[in-house]
Amino acid sequence: MSISLLLLIVAVIGVVGYLIGSWRANALAGGKLSSLHSRPGYYGSFVAIWSMLPAIAILLVWIIASPIYIGSAVRGGFPDEVKAEPQATQNLNYNMIGAIARGFKLLSAEERDALFKDGTAAREVLGSKGVPLAADPAPYMLTAADDLNRMTTASSTFLSILVVIAALAGGAFAYRAIAPKFRARNRVEGVMLVGLIVASSIAILTTVGIVASMATEAISFFNMVPAWEFFFGTTWDPRFAAAGATDSSGQFGLIPLLAGTLYIGFVAMLVAVPVGLFAAIYMSEYASRHVRSVAKPLLEVLAGIPTIVYGFFALVTVGPFLRDISAQLSGLVTGNYASFIQAQSVLTAGFVMGIMLIPYVSSLSDDIITAVPRALRDGSLGLGATRSETIKRVILPAALPGIVGALLMTASRAVGETMIVVLAAGVAARMQLNPFEPMTTVTVKIVNQLTGDLEFTSPQTLVAFALGITLFVITLCLNIYALYIVRKYREQYE
Amino acid sequence: MNMMSEAAVEKALDKKMNDISYKMIGKDVSVYYGDKRALYDVNLNVRENTVTALIGPSGCGKSTFLRTLNRMNDTIDGCRVTGRITLDTDDIYDPAIDVVELRARVGMVFQKPNPFPKSIYENVAYGPRIHGLAKSKADLDAIVERSLQKAGLWNEVKDRLQEGGTGLSGGQQQRLCIARAVAVSPEVILMDEPCSALDPIATAKVEELIHELRANFTIVIVTHSMQQAARVSQRTAMFHLGNLVEENDTDKMFTNPDDQRTQDYIMGRFG
Ligand SMILES: Nc1ncnc2c1ncn2[C@@H]1O[C@H](COP(=O)(O)OP(=O)(O)O)[C@@H](O)[C@H]1O
Ligand SMILES: [Mg+2]
Repeated sequence: MSISLLLLIVAVIGVVGYLIGSWRANALAGGKLSSLHSRPGYYGSFVAIWSMLPAIAILLVWIIASPIYIGSAVRGGFPDEVKAEPQATQNLNYNMIGAIARGFKLLSAEERDALFKDGTAAREVLGSKGVPLAADPAPYMLTAADDLNRMTTASSTFLSILVVIAALAGGAFAYRAIAPKFRARNRVEGVMLVGLIVASSIAILTTVGIVASMATEAISFFNMVPAWEFFFGTTWDPRFAAAGATDSSGQFGLIPLLAGTLYIGFVAMLVAVPVGLFAAIYMSEYASRHVRSVAKPLLEVLAGIPTIVYGFFALVTVGPFLRDISAQLSGLVTGNYASFIQAQSVLTAGFVMGIMLIPYVSSLSDDIITAVPRALRDGSLGLGATRSETIKRVILPAALPGIVGALLMTASRAVGETMIVVLAAGVAARMQLNPFEPMTTVTVKIVNQLTGDLEFTSPQTLVAFALGITLFVITLCLNIYALYIVRKYREQYE
Repeated sequence: MNMMSEAAVEKALDKKMNDISYKMIGKDVSVYYGDKRALYDVNLNVRENTVTALIGPSGCGKSTFLRTLNRMNDTIDGCRVTGRITLDTDDIYDPAIDVVELRARVGMVFQKPNPFPKSIYENVAYGPRIHGLAKSKADLDAIVERSLQKAGLWNEVKDRLQEGGTGLSGGQQQRLCIARAVAVSPEVILMDEPCSALDPIATAKVEELIHELRANFTIVIVTHSMQQAARVSQRTAMFHLGNLVEENDTDKMFTNPDDQRTQDYIMGRFG
């Protein structure tokens, strides 16, 4: 029986269990619902849960465990000379047996018997049924494939029976537990709670898993390149890594990348903070409800534009524009039309990233400014302060910690931003202060190192994980600090 | 004996004040929130150096009327005021009037204590700084001390002026807000249920304070509590469904009101 059909049967048993359970509870109450501890639906849910959860649990365990068991049983039946071969070869053999087994299911009984008599035709016959084999199968493989099929079928039949019995038994057990004083609601809610906990642990565990896998790769990088050369090195020159070669040495200095990241982020913040903050002040304090209802969503649309689009904008419009205008300027001043701003530059990337960040700054700050209690506003206005005095002297100081938190969160976005800098910042890992020249960032280099033919054994590719984890730590610290500030600020009004 | 003479002095004071003219005069005041009308042609005069209590069931427009007196309604979207209100002889809704200056003359204390998240000193110094009332630091110190003294808070906070105003107890916070209003030297102080968030002891302190402030300021107070109105005010105005029902001496209002609705409200038949 297929798994989905089995699941369907379990679901049907669950639904029936629900109905019977509710009906039973109703019958017990005899029209007086108040004599029940919980509403009838809870008794129904209780039965449904008991008929479905254990059955599904068994199903899951079986699905995972039975192929492992069958696999080892089949391998156990290999002839001794095959068992002596290396593990990789054995795995290949086993895969082939799996393919043959699949092919057998497509053959009629006679066709299969014919194959057992004459194994040489196996590859051809199975190939004609759409199951290609890499080589002619050895005779023991055919037997093994047959065993495999038999065991799988047996396992599947047994599983079906077991699951259906478990579902029925669970349902019956729960049904018998139904009594007016039985606390079905508490039990059902307990199960719900466990479900919620599982859901949130999945999110957390995934994060932990990602970090752990990045960390292991990063550690193998640090085994090849000393940590201090990475963190304090001032030269980024990873060289070209031939696939498989582990000895080609390069220099993996983080500092130039970090400098670029911070410089571009700084320029971006220089654009985003004043504009975003002023926009937020206007939105929250001056704009009439009408203007607000139009302008605020418009601003937030900006936040929804994919960053690759901003990258395009930088590459196609802003970069060339800055280059041309700088050429005109230097032409006017010196008579030599040489542009001093390059198309890919810190300025271009920072400016466009700043535009991208404006809606973050403004909408976060807007929320924070709006959260300043109206009572403080009234208090100040009631003392004869003007609106701008109120903003300057009461609202902004009160909102300041929250705004700082918002800016830190924005900064962490700037540090992690990828597509804009990939397109607009350039790839030259240099340390310099001229904003008109290209620089590169941590994220750009991650993309660079992971583009092309990959083999995760050389420092040239593994460095991406070290960069990634560095970036992760930086943004994590920024975010934690920001959350801490914002939380402290919230407490102030509680 | 002492009580008697105090009461007698009070009576005399009332009489004298009654002879003096009205501090604020409201004529046909109506207020609309958008299309919704909240006040209907209210005619109410506020006497100088008198505590006027506004009473009435919830939602009858007491706060709304109070806010018209220093144009705090201007800060509410869609709120419109018609009619005429004068402070001394100035029409406060005259476009030529600077609302900032008006609010310096007509201060306000709110229902919930709302000290700024600044130090106690800065809270009180806020108004004087904005209006440039102090020429020097010493001047400002003096204003702060005087205001805190008037609010009866000086002794409790004089050693911790630099600490946050939000760290005070609720009652102290409300007195701080009163000190803050007093510091601007207003002529009228509006109070919107100033004790509704306070415990009985803090309430008693604030009521006592209102009593004392009356010598220097004209006070209009919205209150929920009949007893409070009776304790602190000399004049009482009763609102109902946006109308001014009756305005009278507090004594008379609570013993022998002219209007049946006042009688009902005071007896607790609605509200
Ligand atoms: N900001 C506002 N917007 C719309 N309606 C309001 C607003 N403030 C008060 N109102 C309405 O005006 C009426 C009077 O309110 P208010 O003056 O606050 O009553 P009170 O202070 O006597 O309880 C109420 O019906 C209330 O719903
Ligand atoms: Mg009110």
